[in-house]
Amino acid sequence: MDYGPWSIDQNMKIFKDKDMQLLLSHVLRAGTIVSISVVFIGGIFFIYRHGQSISDYRSFKGIPDFIQRPSGIFHGILALKGQAMIQLGIALLIATPILRIVFSAIGFVLEKDYLYLGISLLVLGIIFFSMMNGHTG
Amino acid sequence: MLALRQRPGSATLTTLIFTLIVLIGSVAAGLLGSLTGLGGGFIIIPLLTLLLNVDIHYAIGASLVSVIATSSGSAAAFVKEGITNMRLGMFLEIATTAGAMCGAIVAIYIPTNYIAILFGLILIGSAIMSLQKKIQDVNQKKSYLAEKLKLNGSYPGNGGTIDYSVTRVGGGFVMMIFAGIISGLLGIGSGALKVIAMDNIMRIPFKVSTTTSNFMIGVTASASAVVYLQRGYINPGVSMPVVIGVLAGAYTGSKILVQSTSSKWLRYIFALVITVLAIQMIYHGINGSI
Repeated sequence: MDYGPWSIDQNMKIFKDKDMQLLLSHVLRAGTIVSISVVFIGGIFFIYRHGQSISDYRSFKGIPDFIQRPSGIFHGILALKGQAMIQLGIALLIATPILRIVFSAIGFVLEKDYLYLGISLLVLGIIFFSMMNGHTG
Repeated sequence: MLALRQRPGSATLTTLIFTLIVLIGSVAAGLLGSLTGLGGGFIIIPLLTLLLNVDIHYAIGASLVSVIATSSGSAAAFVKEGITNMRLGMFLEIATTAGAMCGAIVAIYIPTNYIAILFGLILIGSAIMSLQKKIQDVNQKKSYLAEKLKLNGSYPGNGGTIDYSVTRVGGGFVMMIFAGIISGLLGIGSGALKVIAMDNIMRIPFKVSTTTSNFMIGVTASASAVVYLQRGYINPGVSMPVVIGVLAGAYTGSKILVQSTSSKWLRYIFALVITVLAIQMIYHGINGSI
């Protein structure tokens, strides 16, 4: 029997690599299932509304204006727009590995492995920098 | 053979038909990608660009998203089994994410036909790589840096736990920067390059290197996906059938793989198919028709 990742709170067991593996496994699985489900539901709405219109992805035109920003995606979902739901699902999917690093960082704190806490934070910093760069460019 | 690409203006598909074609193609890509270990992106990008005339930027965006999905889905299983070397993965992710960020930024300024040619070349290289024999011996040589970074590990093997050491950390790190750049530039997982870095340079056992590479692919792809998402490369209409199809195919593939171990002939067929696709991509890249 494993004690699960939260055993540190329950019986003061030391948080070990094995617990971290289980924790990360849960994070990755949950993230994948949730985001794919959102994409799938969005896909049904999208096909229902636009199934008969002509598809044209031949030249690069970016993405529709209303899903460019988080606020637009939010309003789009409220209006039951499939593309907004798909884009939310994709954003959650992209966030899943990033969330995995956040949880690794927490795990390394519990393990008192400060070298790898630093490495985790560095990787997070690079992704954050990349995000800022994509925004301004 | 070179007539695979439809002439511009010839095809008008409804969104429903387009989605169904991409969905079926993506299931096949995910299945083959998982059975051969090369990933689905290798088939998705030629399928979208050559057959369906989709702009290569949309194809790269959709492929990248599917790469994240398969990596996260399968890493969830591997991490639990304790084969993945988490510290090694985390350490090398510094290199791959930095590389991926550079690749995604540079991709915006590179003409699309150069991207197509580079994609073809990487494709051929990966096909050759996938046919190579895997190194089986376990390295025991100690390296100062690997020791300092706690990279040496062990994994559950047939006859109990197998310990291994990691060498040439610097060389592996540099190769990972390159793998990250290629991933960010072309929207693929570049698993083949990651395995070169870990197998051939750092002398890590095959079982550990493939699962650790898979563990890193999601984070690497995320680092460039955050750029692509903001630049409008990730189109919901294209990405939706790709990500659902590839994940479904990869999941099926992982179930088949457990049951049948002999996949040598399959790898030869796959290597042949991707070589044909690679030549197509290079041809259209030189031609300027992509």
